This record gives sequence, C-alpha cells and structure tokens, in this order.
Amino acid sequence: MSHRIHLAVALERAGWHPAAGRAAGVLPHDLVTPKPWVDQARALDRAGVVFATIEDALALTDRFEDADDPRPGRVRGRLDAVLLASALAPLTHRIGLVPTVTTTHTEPFHVATGIQTLDVASRGRAGVRLVVGGSPAERANFGRRDELDAEAGFREAGEVADVLGRLWDSWQDDAIIRDAATGRFVDADRIHNADFAGEFFSITGASIVPRSPQGRPVISVLAHESAPYRLAAEHADVVFVTPHGPAAATGILAELDGAAAELRRSAERLRVFADVVVLIDDAPGRAHDALARLDDLDGGAFRSDAAVVAGTPTEVADHIRALAATGVDGVRLRPARQPDDVFAIADRLAPLLRATRVLRDDDAATLRGRLGLPRPQSRYAVTPAEDPRTTPAREKVAP
Amino acid sequence: MSRSPRQIHLAAHFPGVNSTTVWTDPASGSQIDFAAFEYFARTAERGFFDYVFLAEGLRLREHKGRVHELDVLGRPNTLAVLAALSAVTDHVGLVGTLSTTFNEPYELARQLATLDHLSAGRAGWNAVTSSDAFHGANFRRGGFLAHADRYERAKEFAALSKKLWDSWDEGEALPRRIRHSGAQFDVDALFDVPRSPQGRPVIVQAGDSADGRDFGAEHAEVIFSLHQDFDAARVLYDDVKGRLAAWGRDEDSLKILPAATFVIGDTDAEARERSREIARQQVRPEQALTYLEQVWGRDLSGYDPDGPLPDVEPDTGSETARGWANRHKAVQARIASLRELSEAEGLSVRELVIRLTAKHTFVGTPEHIASEIDRYVQERATDGFTVVGHLTPHGLDEFATRVVPLLQERGSYRDSYDEGATLRDLLGLPAPARTLTPDAAAAR
Ligand SMILES: Cc1cc2nc3c(=O)[nH]c(=O)nc-3n(C[C@H](O)[C@H](O)[C@H](O)COP(=O)(O)O)c2cc1C
Repeated sequence: MSHRIHLAVALERAGWHPAAGRAAGVLPHDLVTPKPWVDQARALDRAGVVFATIEDALALTDRFEDADDPRPGRVRGRLDAVLLASALAPLTHRIGLVPTVTTTHTEPFHVATGIQTLDVASRGRAGVRLVVGGSPAERANFGRRDELDAEAGFREAGEVADVLGRLWDSWQDDAIIRDAATGRFVDADRIHNADFAGEFFSITGASIVPRSPQGRPVISVLAHESAPYRLAAEHADVVFVTPHGPAAATGILAELDGAAAELRRSAERLRVFADVVVLIDDAPGRAHDALARLDDLDGGAFRSDAAVVAGTPTEVADHIRALAATGVDGVRLRPARQPDDVFAIADRLAPLLRATRVLRDDDAATLRGRLGLPRPQSRYAVTPAEDPRTTPAREKVAP
Repeated sequence: MSRSPRQIHLAAHFPGVNSTTVWTDPASGSQIDFAAFEYFARTAERGFFDYVFLAEGLRLREHKGRVHELDVLGRPNTLAVLAALSAVTDHVGLVGTLSTTFNEPYELARQLATLDHLSAGRAGWNAVTSSDAFHGANFRRGGFLAHADRYERAKEFAALSKKLWDSWDEGEALPRRIRHSGAQFDVDALFDVPRSPQGRPVIVQAGDSADGRDFGAEHAEVIFSLHQDFDAARVLYDDVKGRLAAWGRDEDSLKILPAATFVIGDTDAEARERSREIARQQVRPEQALTYLEQVWGRDLSGYDPDGPLPDVEPDTGSETARGWANRHKAVQARIASLRELSEAEGLSVRELVIRLTAKHTFVGTPEHIASEIDRYVQERATDGFTVVGHLTPHGLDEFATRVVPLLQERGSYRDSYDEGATLRDLLGLPAPARTLTPDAAAAR
C-alpha cells in the first residue's frame, strides 16, 4: 500500500492567480461578504478536506508589490482571517480552520486568546498560520515600528509561537472547579503566568481563556528556505513547503529532518504539507487554456513560489500521487480561481483521490486528532502521583 | 392626543468575569462554551434587543498575590466570539468592549469592519481606555499610559479609525490613502477592508470622568453607564446630552443605556424575597470578606462576615487593586463612608457588601418592571437599559418572556425587527457623517 496523505486547501480572496478576480469580474466588495466563504468552506468540509487555511496580511497591497503604486486590476480587500474563521466555525463540522496571523505588528496576547476562542467555537478545529509581516506597506499602516531584518522577523515569530504555547497551557484542563462548598470557582494553583520575557516583547500573565478543546491549537508556517525551515522545526506542528516536483520534495524533507534533529523540542514529528497551485477543468486541455487567458490578462506568466499544475482532475491527482510518494504528510492546494477551483477540488478531485486510496482516512473530531497529533498535556500538569496536594475529591456543580 | 411614546432601547450584557453571576446555581452553564453565547444571543433576539454586549478584561484578577478564585473567571476573546455569533444570529447587534490602549488602530479598525461585514451591519465597539501596569504587562507596549494620556490616545484612535473606515467609497476598487501624524500615531495607510454595511460600527463609551464624557460627546453613539438610580441617571443624561451641541450633534444621536439588573416575582413580596435570596447567593461570606480586603488592602480572613466592620487600619502602601476596575479611590474616605453606612443601618459585613454590590435595579412583578423601564425612558432619565441577568446563559429568559411583551403593549418597544436593519437602524441613530471630503484624506 502506498503512503497516504491529507488534503488541505489554502483560501485566498478570488484565488491565487493575480488575475483571477479580474477574469471573474470580482469586486473588492464581493470578497468581504460572508456568503462565498461559507459556501466554499462547507463544500470543502463535506469533501473531507482536513483543513482550510485563510490568507491574510495587514496591508492592501501584496507582499512584493510597490505600496506607493498599487497595480491596477489586482483584486483588493479582505476580512480579518481570525474573525472570518470564527464565523465559519459554527457553520462547519469537521474541517480544521487555520487563519493566517501576522507576527510583527499584532499583540501576541490577543492572538493567543483569539485562536483559543476559535478552538472553543469550532470544538477543537483551530489552527493558526504564522507569517512575519515586515513589508514596507504593513509597517506604514502601523507606523513607528522599526524595520526588522528578515532574520529578526523570524526570531520574533519564534517568540510569538513560544508564547502562544505558554498562554495556551496557562490554565490546566481542570482549573475550573466550581467548588460550591468553598465558594471557589477556579483553583489558583492550576493557573500559571506565562512569565515570558524575550528579545522583542514580554508577557507576564496567564491567558484570560481557559484551556481550549485541543489544548494547543495547531501551529503552522510556510517555509521556503533555511531560516523559516528552522522556525518550523523548532516551533510548528505543520510546515508548508513549495517543492516544484518530487525530487525537490525529497531534498526539502531531508533539510527539514536535519533542522528538526537539531532544534525540535516537541516529541511529535513535524508534519510536512507540499503546496501546489491548481487550476482544474474536466475537459482535457481546457485548464491550460484558462491559465493562458489569466496570464494574458495579468500581462505575463504567473510565477508562484509553489508549483502550478493546471489539468483535469486525473492529471492533478497524478501530480499529487507523485508528491505523496516522497513521504510528505499532506498536500495543500492553492486554488488558482475561487470559487471555481475550490468546488472542483471538493466535487471532483477529492472524491477521485479518495477512491484511488491516496487520501488518509480518519474519524477524529479535532484537527490534532485528524493529523494524528496527540492532545498535549499542559506543561504545568502534574500526574496524580506527583501531585503534592492532598485535596479530597471535589463536589462539582453540574454545568 | 396620541403622540407615540419614546422608544425603549435594550442591550443584553453577557456577564463575563464578575462577582454577581450565581455560578453555584444548578441552572448555571458555561461562561466559555460557544453554546452558552449562542443561547444567550438567540434569547436576546427573541426579546428584540438592540444588541448583545461583552465587557473586556485583559488580565486575570488577582487577590493577595494569587489569581482570584471566588468569582467567575475566564472569558473568550471578544472579537472572535462576536464573529462566531454573527453566523448564528440574524438581527441582534454585536458590541464588544475593546481597549484603545492595547490595540493599534489599523488592526482594530479592520477587525471591527470585518465584524460589520460578517454580521451585515451589526457591529459595535465599546471603546475603553482602562489600563494600568498590571494589564499592560500582557502587552508589547506595557503599562505606559497615564490616565490623562489615555483619552488623548483614545481620541486620536477613534479619529484615525474613522478616517480608515471612510477611506473606501462605495463601489470603488481602491481606497484613498490616509496620512495621519499625531502625538500617538504616525501612519501612512491604505486600508484593506472595503466600506462596511454601516460605514462605521456604532461606537459605545463607558468612562465616567469629565474626559470620558467629553470623549463620549465627541465620538460615542451609546453611553453605557452605571447611574441607574432615577435621579442620578437623569443628571448624567442631561450632562452628557448637554455636551453634544459643542460637537454639532443633537440629542437623538447618542443613546444612554445604564446597566440594570432585575428580579421578577408574581407579586411584589415574592420578588423582594427572591431578590434577597439571589443577593445572598451573589455575596457569599467569603466574597464579602474579599470585598473588604480589596478596600483595606490587607488580610481580613480572621473576621466574621456576619459581624461588624473590622476595626483595623488599611494598608495603602502596596498595590492591591490588581485588575479591579473602579476601586482606586481614596481608601480612607471610602472606609469612612462604609463605616457610616453600616453603623447607621446596623449592617454586618455581608449585609453591607450585599447593599453595595447586589442591589437589584428593578424588583417586582413584570408589570412593575415594565412600567418603571418605560417611566425612565419617557421622562428622559435614559434611552433604555443594558440588562444583566444573574445566571449564564439563561439570565435573559424570564425578561424576554415576561417583561418584553408588556413593553410592547405600551407601544414603546418594537415587536419585530425590520428586515436588513443595521445596529444603527435599531438604535435609531443617524447615518455617520463622513469625515473625509475627497481631498481631506491627505490633510494633516
Ligand atoms: C459602566 C462601565 C463599564 C466599563 N467596562 C469596562 C470594561 O469592560 N473593560 C475595561 O477595560 N474598562 C471598562 N470600563 C472602564 C472605562 O471604559 C474607562 O476606560 C475607565 O473607567 C477610565 O475612564 P474614566 O476615568 O473616564 O472612568 C468601564 C467603565 C464604566 C463606567
């Protein structure tokens, strides 16, 4: 039996091709109504996709674009990804929800509680994708923050990941005791300050949110080169990589293994997802034509950090199967056009991959469970044998 | 003569961290689970409330150097829970308390605009400044702002947020660039969320100082106050509404909704008895002593909660008021007034604390409560109330079932939501005036 993988999808405004919005006549205002997001998330949920990431940035312009002279014709406008994911939570059932969060300008405390709350509202399906947001456009929107070089930006992202874990662990699972006899709602001994002081910021207190269903929601990062590989190896549960073919995937996996051997503190293996931009059409040849039309509209061939695969569901499935054989844990598909390619993934590609036994089956309810990651104990938890306290069993009030 | 009565506005406060939710009641549910929020918001919608309201606390309260154990503790992230609520409600407004001190305008403005889009125009922002080094220790910026500077930042925050929200025109493909350079913020921004259904979320304000009231008169569309006694409510109403003219605003552009608790009975006597009973659950003996310990700043655990006030000096040297709002007033004066009250009325420690913290605003039959609420509004002491129940998440049930129909009979409360109404529509507020003329964006 061949190696089986998970399928994830990366949602990004009108799609990953810069001309996708223009081709479809999408206006900025169309992208900020909830309906298209709900429709796409539900379709992916029904199709058994393990999680959907939601792109975000704290700027109007794209990362490598001149902020003073935004290119005409690009699709603009988006919603805050954590809030969008939160709105999708009650309307979906199994799919993991992984919003993108910028580490440079946000408050780590707000990020921690926002993702915990997403985990509560989704009953254990939250993750987060951390990105460094050092572009000039992002800095200009916030002002005052000194420029960080790339290395420093990744170090700061590492601190954010570290403090997220501390805050998520800060309440032990059993901290709420509702002990009517003594009038104590919580046990202060089971709530712990983060007490984090790093190079970029410090955070003293515990989270204001009790421990969430997954304990620690899933942390993910996208990595193209050594610095982010090391960030991922040290701090992430899931890493997205961008091999342009099976051979490249093998090389990246080897480099990640090396970084993990050196840096990784978690006992759990880093889960690796290969990113692929996909454009899907049932009729042979039509996907290539559609891609060529988009390229014409944008005035040049689309170059992405990830491989671009345009084809029929069978052709795309073949590419995915080849990647799966390299030993990655999953493939994250970036739809070139939304919603068309999202629906093609849900209705055509996923069933095909399932039927040909490429996809991993799972019946877990939480995102960690589906990824085969155990639910971590709080770092402050003590096993009963170690517990120095001799408190008798507490009388609990039924919630 | 049949002049239609002034319309009552009601907000529903989901109690967060607090000492008055009776969590020991068998009917008490989770303060965190989304199902509790969903149930509460749906009840608010059943009662045709204007909005659901969440408070904010950014660090766990401590008492005697430890996390405070006696009160309900822990709350979800305000914006995330409101966004999730937007998906399971259709009409009720969603208002969150969010600090101007521990957020950045670009980020918070885009989050609030996001909430307004997700909810089709139901977002509101209670802009608070409260901060001290204790809360600041959880944030990059720390506790760096003195009280006086906080409203400076709040004003600049609100003004900049409005410019960002106004920077997209309807149907435009790109926003205008916002250049803002002030004492607090220096940005050159292209806002990335297109104009939201309300244009701007409704701004709520809760500070009570003169600075706070001025901020409210300039920027707020709703004031959340604690002045619930009729005469005090009326004084605040006149004061705050009197400040509006200086900003070119009229009385109807700002609603004042004080907090109100209630206890319902089939008879007045039954309601009073229930009120006493609930108050005793809200202020258990250990909570009564804790309250005094907050004032005295020292350990009083040896004292009898059913006895007289402790006869010891307070410890004012240490910072004891960690995370407790509104308790920084001069301690000595405070204690003197407590003594005076307890001696004049012969109150034990617990009875005194009940009197101070568990006095219910409206106690009586549904008819009595409805007529009192209506009286406040018709006689311009308030525009309505921010209702808080003593149970989570069922605290609104009885009010929605028994009081709301009586308000409707009086003709002073809606009996349906208009399809597609925004929060601003529900509150009867005028559309926001744009801050930007076409070339003003680059000014200043
Ligand atoms: C009724 C009321 C409710 C408040 N709720 C909150 C709250 O939930 N979170 C918070 O941080 N501050 C809260 N505050 C604090 C104020 O918004 C304000 O920042 C603080 O009181 C300092 O301003 P002031 O001196 O004008 O009162 C509240 C204040 C009042 C009067």
